[in-house]
Amino acid sequence: MTIQLPPYADFLRLTLVGEGDDLRVAMPAGDHVLGRPGFLHGGAITGLMEIAGMVALHRALGEDRPKVKPVNVTIDFMRGGRLVETFAQGSVTRIGNRIANVAIEAWQDDPERPIAAARMIMSLNRS
Amino acid sequence: MAQQPVGMTFDPARFTDAIRTHGHNGAMGIRYVNHGDDWVELALDYDDRLIGNADTGVLASGPIFALMDMATSMAIWRRTNIFRPQATLDMRVDYLRPAVPGRTVFGRGECYRVTRRIAFVRGQAHDGDPADPVAHVAGTFMFTDE
Repeated sequence: MTIQLPPYADFLRLTLVGEGDDLRVAMPAGDHVLGRPGFLHGGAITGLMEIAGMVALHRALGEDRPKVKPVNVTIDFMRGGRLVETFAQGSVTRIGNRIANVAIEAWQDDPERPIAAARMIMSLNRS
Repeated sequence: MAQQPVGMTFDPARFTDAIRTHGHNGAMGIRYVNHGDDWVELALDYDDRLIGNADTGVLASGPIFALMDMATSMAIWRRTNIFRPQATLDMRVDYLRPAVPGRTVFGRGECYRVTRRIAFVRGQAHDGDPADPVAHVAGTFMFTDE
C-alpha cells in the first residue's frame, strides 16, 4: 500500500517509519516547528497528529477510497513538546458508511509517555 | 514565543511582527490584523506548501489549527494585558467547511474567562465573510508561572 502525503506533510518534513501495526509518522525537530523558545508549537504537533490520523484511516480503508474530510479534532496536550524528533500513530476506532472515528497519540523518546492525545471525526463520502 | 519580557503590557501587533521571522508561525507567515480588549485577529495567506489535499488545493487543517491556537493564545494576553507564560491544555476545532483555495484565512480568537490558573478561549476562522466561517474552536490554557 502506498500513501501519498500532502504538501503540508512536506512542509512539516514528515516521513513514514515502521511497517504494519508499527507504522508511524515522524517529524524532525527544527525552527519550522518551533513555538515558544525550546518547545514545539501546538499547531505543528496537531498537524503531525492529523496526518497520522489520516494515514491510519487510509491504511484501515485499504482499497476502499472514499473522499475523506476532517469534521473536527479534539486534542489534549499532556507535556510540553521538546525540540526533538516526535512520532505520532493513529488507531481507527470505527469505520462506518459515512463517519470514521480515529484516536491519535504523539510521543518523543518514550511511547509510554505521550505528549499529546487527539480524537478526530472524519466524514467519508463514497458517492 | 517570549519575544516580549514577561510582565510587560501586551502589544499583539508588535508581538506578531517579532515572531514573523522564525519559528512555526514565521514559517507559515501568520500576520497581525486587528485586536480589541479580549480578542486578537490574525491572518494566514494561502500558500501551496500548506495544501492538505493535492487534488483540490484545499489548505490542510493543521495550519488553521495553528492560526487559531495563536489567536486565542494572544487574546488571553490582551484580556489580562500582561505577557505571561502559558501552555495549551486542550483545543477542539470544528472544521465547518473547506477554506476556498487561494483565499486568505482570518482567525479571530477571544478569551472569555480567566481564573487564577486557567484561561478559557473560543474563536472562529473565515475566508472573507465572517458570517460564513470555516472553523470554530474552543479550548483552555494553563498559566505556567503559577
